[in-house]
Amino acid sequence: MKGKIPISQYLKFAVIGLVTGIANGLFGSGGGTIVVPAMVLLLKEEEHVAHATAISIILPLTLVSAFIYVSNSYIDWNLTVKTMLGGIVGGYLGAKLLNVCPSHVLRKIFAVFIIAAAVRMII
Amino acid sequence: MVLFLIGLASGIISGMGIGGGAILIPALVFFVNPDQHIAQSVNLLFFIPTAVIALIVHIKNKRVNFKLTIPIVIFGLVGAFLGSKLAVSLSGASLKRYFGMFLLILGFYEMVRKDKKETKKQGGRA
Repeated sequence: MKGKIPISQYLKFAVIGLVTGIANGLFGSGGGTIVVPAMVLLLKEEEHVAHATAISIILPLTLVSAFIYVSNSYIDWNLTVKTMLGGIVGGYLGAKLLNVCPSHVLRKIFAVFIIAAAVRMII
Repeated sequence: MVLFLIGLASGIISGMGIGGGAILIPALVFFVNPDQHIAQSVNLLFFIPTAVIALIVHIKNKRVNFKLTIPIVIFGLVGAFLGSKLAVSLSGASLKRYFGMFLLILGFYEMVRKDKKETKKQGGRA
């Protein structure tokens, strides 16, 4: 992008921003799942730049959402801290594991798992 | 211990760049059974420290396109405010059902999407 940014581009920013923000706030997750493909498909951004940029977008949105949840006393610090400790170790292992196990296989396993979970939550 | 394991599994998944929340929230709901709002707030807070660390690395490697960040965040903040206000106004049972529908869409999306050659680049990031 150089020079003036066309109106249509701003419209895309608006739609992507609003949808990502609403989903991430309403479901407490999923912002990245929306904004990464949106940047790749609608804004023609490179995949790895989109991944990195997504974090810079989701972080401020998450701060706002977390503040609203916490100020409405939807918070369990005990649960949060214990889960986070596991998450730190897991994040490290995940990065290592990526070099061993191909992620496309894991993605399909992951998809089956979340579809099953989703069905149980709806019923 | 269950909490640690749930965090561990979500951390592994998100470390691979998949989507930790889609595992973390249902796992908490099934194994710990908190209110749906609490499960979601755990995930929001869980994301913050990991995102800060990842972001520092990405900025150093000049992988963040701030020309996109700034305008999307401006609209995104409005969305985040609306979405969160809506979430806290819903009952736990309704929110859980809506979350389930969202998760179902994500699951099908993961199922059909084509895997691009992005995994190698991501490997070097964390």
